[in-house]
Amino acid sequence: MTKHQYDVLIIGAGGAGLRAALEIPEGFSCAVLSKVFPTRSHTGAAQGGIGAALGNEEEDSWEWHMFDTVKGSDYLGDQDAIEIMTKDAIRAIIELEHMGMPFSRTPEGKIAQRRFGGHTKPENPSDPDSKRIAVKRSCYSADRTGHVMLHTLYENCIKQKVHFFSEYFVTDLIMSGDACAGVVAMDIATSEVHVFHAKAVMLATGGYGRVYRITSNAHVGTGDGFAAVYNNGLPLQDMEFVQFHPTGLWKLGILISEAARGEGGILLNNTGERFMERYAPTVKDLAPRDMVSRAILTEIREGRGIKGSDGTYYVNLDVSHLPKEIIDDKLPEITGFARTYLGVEPTKEPIPVQPTAHYAMGGIPTTPDAEVTKDKKKTIVPGLYAAGEAACVSVHGGNRLGTNSLLDLIVFGRRGGKAIARFIGETDFAPLPTDAADRTLSKIDRIRNSKGKEKPGALRLELQEKMMEKVGIFRNEKELTEMTVEMKSLRERYQNISIDDKGVVFNTDLMEALELGNLIDTAEAITHSALARQESRGAHSREDYPARDDKKWLKHTLIYKADAAPKLDYKPVSITRFQPKERKY
Amino acid sequence: MKVILRIQRYNPEKDTEPYYQEFTLEAGDDKVRILDLLHEAKWKYDGTLTFRRSCAHGVCGSDGIRINGRNRLACSTLLRDVNYRKPIVIEPLPSTAIIKDLVVDMSDFYKKYEAVKPYLVNNSPPPEHERLQSNEDAEKLFESAKCILCACCTTSCPSSWSDQNYIGPAALLKAYRFAFDTRDDAGDERLDVVDTPDGAWRCHTIFNCVEACPKEINITWHISQLKKRLAQREM
Repeated sequence: MTKHQYDVLIIGAGGAGLRAALEIPEGFSCAVLSKVFPTRSHTGAAQGGIGAALGNEEEDSWEWHMFDTVKGSDYLGDQDAIEIMTKDAIRAIIELEHMGMPFSRTPEGKIAQRRFGGHTKPENPSDPDSKRIAVKRSCYSADRTGHVMLHTLYENCIKQKVHFFSEYFVTDLIMSGDACAGVVAMDIATSEVHVFHAKAVMLATGGYGRVYRITSNAHVGTGDGFAAVYNNGLPLQDMEFVQFHPTGLWKLGILISEAARGEGGILLNNTGERFMERYAPTVKDLAPRDMVSRAILTEIREGRGIKGSDGTYYVNLDVSHLPKEIIDDKLPEITGFARTYLGVEPTKEPIPVQPTAHYAMGGIPTTPDAEVTKDKKKTIVPGLYAAGEAACVSVHGGNRLGTNSLLDLIVFGRRGGKAIARFIGETDFAPLPTDAADRTLSKIDRIRNSKGKEKPGALRLELQEKMMEKVGIFRNEKELTEMTVEMKSLRERYQNISIDDKGVVFNTDLMEALELGNLIDTAEAITHSALARQESRGAHSREDYPARDDKKWLKHTLIYKADAAPKLDYKPVSITRFQPKERKY
Repeated sequence: MKVILRIQRYNPEKDTEPYYQEFTLEAGDDKVRILDLLHEAKWKYDGTLTFRRSCAHGVCGSDGIRINGRNRLACSTLLRDVNYRKPIVIEPLPSTAIIKDLVVDMSDFYKKYEAVKPYLVNNSPPPEHERLQSNEDAEKLFESAKCILCACCTTSCPSSWSDQNYIGPAALLKAYRFAFDTRDDAGDERLDVVDTPDGAWRCHTIFNCVEACPKEINITWHISQLKKRLAQREM
């Protein structure tokens, strides 16, 4: 077993992790651990843009961006944190441009901006209460914004000589008393377990899309950071809020960006009706994602979906009426996906789409400086930080607006990096427990030597299908309760998994078995949090409790792992500028 | 329908040299990805089958492999893109050291990418707003910025096969990406790296890279622009 010591460890090399790494000053040692080579991280799959009220295309203000984010969150987002993010957005985008990110440009050479779901301005700017209309706020680079952002951040890390451990899989946190003192990780190339001792650890491990069968997320999105926290007695927050993106490619779930609708694409049902006009009369197809996903599912349930060759249903996303230049210059990647994967020519025919599991609004609770907190009093865990999709600040509340995820990464990645820089300057290493790696070693031993009948691939598929069925877009007590029972049995069966690959070289069989454990922990937290919340808010839609209930439920969920069943607690929401109102578009 | 994948296997812990193994798999239709079939083989039949993958839709660049003799991404190659009436031959990317099965050692590829200083250098103090750039100038970068570092190009290049020191098409494409950015000040410092016999001049316009690129980047054209820039510099 190899031991390492670094002042700072950053786990995950997507947007948040890389942005944080750039803040660690010279003179301190820092390593970034990632289970894939950095540019393979899932940030690179983001398409449509990054939100900031630059006002390059039309009048805009960060207050409007803040209001939209609060309303989009169904008032569950913490307004102090949302204010920080939307204010800092403008600086953050300019900084990305200075780092070299290639943006699409306006005729004057400024960063180009486009419309996106839920981003609005008052029709009469001098009357903030006037009707809200869509605004061009999403800064973009064709439909590859996440890709060029990820590459730009990685390029800047090369420039700053950041040290990477690529293809290292973090299996556990090392807790030393109340503080985090490092991580345990497996070098995938050799299966060797390494102990990394550190003053500060940042979890920037992304989301958990692979809990569901239909997802836009990469195979690496297995909730590793959530499981690491959950298994160390720390809570997860608001896990019931799972974003289903309305437009995944039918059957595959591959993301078709909201930019398609931002540029003028429309959704149609089996009669050719533009059905979003009924659900969101003002912003129509550019309503927030939770509403559009529910609308699509409602159309399908009421018999207005289109039946596909395999008997499953979809609706159509039509961009064929848009000028060819728009499709070629602004949406090349996603129209390419439609051609490649479904054999559909988007300039001539509509694209079959269905909602796809996309984003975790919930996650590891943090302060706006990315410090992880462990209870409803927001007690800080010394040395432990989280940022990006892994974290729940909470800026997205019950539903995230498109373009706010890339923004979240760079704003809170940077703030976390700065907070860590302060912390390591004034702190010494917490003592390293001698048994730090024991739990990982015994888990790996058990899986490697097991002769159990369960196989990781089959068990994972069962979990993913049951989560689709019982903890999807519409939920109810009966199915959620059934899923809690399923979770117990899946967890027991997981103890009996065995793998074929007993070797040590690049053992992806073992990796996937370990990842499955993380998926099960994450799914348990989602299911129990969802069962407890007896209201409908944002992406959490209960058929048995269809209304939002601010009196009882305007609060954040905290869930802790426990022996019999997880324990729940709640903490208040920060409300500063905008009192909750009915959410209509 | 049934299809056969003939996969090159190699486990350094057991095998002295690579061999082929056939998997007969059920495919729903011809729109199935080769990656789906690799997963089917791994998850249903043989967990030891080893390959890299992540996004599964051609944006992360993890799953570059050789399919019927052509470098492609497993996730953006569908059954209908190959002749599936015969066994489909799956091999690791050529001219790289095999770690296990389809997983190859990418370290030399990454080292060459880093050698071209793949980052913007701008020596003027940053303005309060963005640096202005015309959309026309920005779009000159977009095709090269599409690169996902999958190594399909570099490992398909005969010049790379014959000269291990050749920096290769992917690194040259990255050099173009910054040399042609109107915001970049690195100038000669950047061009010097590629103005060597093992740099841009080793490209003999064979176009294998263009054929291999899953993102349809005309890499050879970009390298020719870089050569033009180097030649102009001499004059």
